Amino acid sequence: MVRVLKLELRGITKRFGTLLANDHIDVVVEPGQIHCLLGENGAGKSTLMNVLYGLYEPSEGDILIDDKPVSFRGPGDAMAAGIGMVHQHFMLVPVFTVAENVALGAEPTKAAGFLNLDETRRRIKEISDQYGFDVDPDALVEDLPVGVQQRVEIIKALVRNAKVLILDEPTAVLTPQETDELLDIMRQLKSGGTSIVFISHKLREVKEVSDTITVIRRGKVVGSAEPSAPTTDLASMMVGRAVNLTLDKAPAKPQEKTFEVRDLTVIAPNGQHVVDGLSFDIARGEILAIAGVQGNGQTELTEAILGLQERVSGSVQLDGKELLGRSVKEVLQAGVGFVPEDRKVDGLVGTFSVAENLVLDLYDKPPFAKGISMSPAKVLENAKARIGEFDVRTPSAAAAAGTLSGGNQQKVVMARELSRPLRLFIASQPTRGVDVGSIEFLHRRIVSERDQGTPVMIISTELDEVMELADRIAVLYKGRLVGVVPAGTSRDTLGLMMAGIPPEEHAHTSQAGPATATTTASTPDAEGDDYV
Amino acid sequence: MSENHPKHAAGEHGRPDHKDPHHPSPAEEETAAVVSVDTAGGAMEPSAVPATAQSGQLPGGPDTLLRRIFTGSGMVSVLAVLLALIIGGLLIASTDKQVATTATYFFARPTDFLSAVWTAATRSYIALFQGSVFNPRGNSVAAQFAPFMETLTIATPLITAGLGVALAFRAGLFNIGAQGQIIVAGILAAWVGFALNLPLGLHLLLVLVAGIIGGALWGGLVGVLKARTGAHEVILTIMFNYIALYFLRYLLNTPAFQRPGESNPISPILDATAVYPQIFGSQYRLHLGFILAIGATVLVWWLLNRSTLGFEFRAVGANPKAAQTAGINVSRSTILVMAIAGGLAGMSGVAQVAGTEKVLTDGVAATYGFDAITVALLGRSTPWGTFAAGLLFGAFRAGAVQMQIQTGTPIDIVLVVQSLIVLFIAAPPLVRAVFGLNPRRKKPARAAKSRQAATTGGAA
Repeated sequence: MVRVLKLELRGITKRFGTLLANDHIDVVVEPGQIHCLLGENGAGKSTLMNVLYGLYEPSEGDILIDDKPVSFRGPGDAMAAGIGMVHQHFMLVPVFTVAENVALGAEPTKAAGFLNLDETRRRIKEISDQYGFDVDPDALVEDLPVGVQQRVEIIKALVRNAKVLILDEPTAVLTPQETDELLDIMRQLKSGGTSIVFISHKLREVKEVSDTITVIRRGKVVGSAEPSAPTTDLASMMVGRAVNLTLDKAPAKPQEKTFEVRDLTVIAPNGQHVVDGLSFDIARGEILAIAGVQGNGQTELTEAILGLQERVSGSVQLDGKELLGRSVKEVLQAGVGFVPEDRKVDGLVGTFSVAENLVLDLYDKPPFAKGISMSPAKVLENAKARIGEFDVRTPSAAAAAGTLSGGNQQKVVMARELSRPLRLFIASQPTRGVDVGSIEFLHRRIVSERDQGTPVMIISTELDEVMELADRIAVLYKGRLVGVVPAGTSRDTLGLMMAGIPPEEHAHTSQAGPATATTTASTPDAEGDDYV
Repeated sequence: MSENHPKHAAGEHGRPDHKDPHHPSPAEEETAAVVSVDTAGGAMEPSAVPATAQSGQLPGGPDTLLRRIFTGSGMVSVLAVLLALIIGGLLIASTDKQVATTATYFFARPTDFLSAVWTAATRSYIALFQGSVFNPRGNSVAAQFAPFMETLTIATPLITAGLGVALAFRAGLFNIGAQGQIIVAGILAAWVGFALNLPLGLHLLLVLVAGIIGGALWGGLVGVLKARTGAHEVILTIMFNYIALYFLRYLLNTPAFQRPGESNPISPILDATAVYPQIFGSQYRLHLGFILAIGATVLVWWLLNRSTLGFEFRAVGANPKAAQTAGINVSRSTILVMAIAGGLAGMSGVAQVAGTEKVLTDGVAATYGFDAITVALLGRSTPWGTFAAGLLFGAFRAGAVQMQIQTGTPIDIVLVVQSLIVLFIAAPPLVRAVFGLNPRRKKPARAAKSRQAATTGGAA
């Protein structure tokens, strides 16, 4: 019954104007394989998959299925040919049930056009049982955890008889535990005869699950590798240069605590307590990392501190002065440097020049302005200095910020926020979507800000980043603080905390790594074992 | 950057002891590598095309399509005008008798038909030109330039009101309310003009100030409502246009405004001290308002490009969320920009009552407030672009009369041309396609998006 399918991309080239997004890419996905496309953000992985899925037409090259060339004019054709795709952002209707979502687009009907969902329900049950998905066809999608929603997406593809499943950065939104579950599912699908194209830049997962790895860099295939290849080799293939990025971070020398948050509660417009009675403090010369799966109140926490949230109670004090109830401008003036989590939405004005973006919150202060008259010369002068200092790769200071790469955009935001004397530095997802070369640089700048005696708060959903930067780690779950643990706490413990289980309960839930938080603290070798 | 690290290079660099995961040093190294490699790729803004999830594309205001239309390239503007004129020419020809006659024997002698079309169109456009720029048949130099002076006169209110629309748009606000702002400005300016008796100079100054304040209040009120309640400025300004118009009609029937002994709704004539002096003497209608319009253009340019206020306006217009995060007070900016936009439109009201009409009627704003939207659109919301577009539309208006007199081509054809211009500006790909300028691409919108995606992600 299982029709095994061999998929081949031959010489796929995709141009956007003069830009070469894919340059003669050859990939062969053998039947029943997990084939990983490894590459940095912007390397061209997603473009390639969109070509394969019929969303883009290739400028050159062929797609072959079982050695026969095919051409897709849209996702419908691709699906009919047995290709399914799970996008990074789920394409689900939140208020529909699982069955309705699965049926959507190919709704089975009875006579007179009435929906017939029973057939869909049966198929969902069947697939769910076969792979142990544990998905209820009648549950509303909005009530399901992210990991289960992802399974619904997979079911959607399988119901349409997908023989090749494309998973685009599937682990970006998952907790470490959910990630492990997904990897299991992928193995099961493989044994059930489905080939998987797994797109990722996370080496640990790639090594764990792949049969073959194709590395893409700047739109080209730079080589293929076995999953057994050493991590550093894979990383350097991906980046294009030797990667040796041990962050030289001296132990923190915490001084007095100048930033205090007490009973901070933020109420969302729907009445939900998105931040719920949060209390913590940060000392000068210390980095507190706030870990947690996305959407557990991190955004609202930073917005509340900055003065962007309306229904806030509790107290946020910097240098003994209350920040709550003040305008954003006043908070910034109190010496808060803020790097928002989504630089494209909150951090930059894309149509503004790099120079203008570098003074986005300083434009009305001397030397950039006298009264209401601005000095373009001073703005430009500042831009040149910052571009040099932060090594921003831009054609010129007048280039629109939106045209820069993610890493360089982030450098612009970071350069702006670090260019004035700070009393507190908050960086949310400081390296999200940033190329590897820039990550190292940005991390060093954050640490050097700490070493100058600034209290630093890092919000990151990436556990690795948290572990790399933090002096202490606070874990948020559903707006509450699960706990604050020292740096060097094990990945497992943090993972469980991110799922809402406080560290003191871990002894009961996992025998494997009891009290790792204390025993392995600050021994990098032991910590390293978590990754290998 | 370095392309000299292909697969094998990486392989060779791997030391043999790498295979042993318990060896401390490589483990340490790998940790570092993983940490740095592993950090990107959290969930970003959801998007229909997944590739854009990684893009550096920055969202604009809520009406991104509108934004593109309003601030696209000037080239499209020029081509749109050209295309509209060509189609307008064809329409002119279609109403021409000679063209109709020759069409009956088109297959016998097509050249007759084509030359008739050409003659009809060019004759009308020559008349349009003579009526708006330079009339060689004038019996004095002054008469020859009279059409141009008329163009400048009509352009004056178009320019200032257009600047109001353009400025608001740069701050992300779609100001449909220039019409109402002109009316309210006209009411205040006219009243100061005919009801007060003040010395020369001061009187005119007060008229101007009253008009600007009137427009600023009417626009600013919209800003306040939007900032405080979140009401949409398009709805507000449209409604405010009606309120202003009917309020004016009401006033013109009250003793305070109606001319004594007059049953028509018309105000007294403004005092001689309250009207704009004519720049080149009484032979032309061109008045001081035009000089002020030039001044306003310079001022708006400075405001947008050289002032902190303009920086705020533009930031709020391009990305309100980023502006807010950077400490810019979006509400304040909304109120201020609407007030200034209203004030600019108010200058048009003053130009009408103190410049050309010298009385207040319910037709004081004519259609200037709505034409201003087109002018700003054609001018790409830049100060000098708006100025040039105002001149062009002024020329159309001034020349249309002459065109009808000379060639019998209906004035309405100018409105058709104006509408076509808007239509073409709103569809840049169409204009580019007509002129063969489209990059050869099948799905332009999507491709443009992902081009950014690839650009922004690519550079390591």
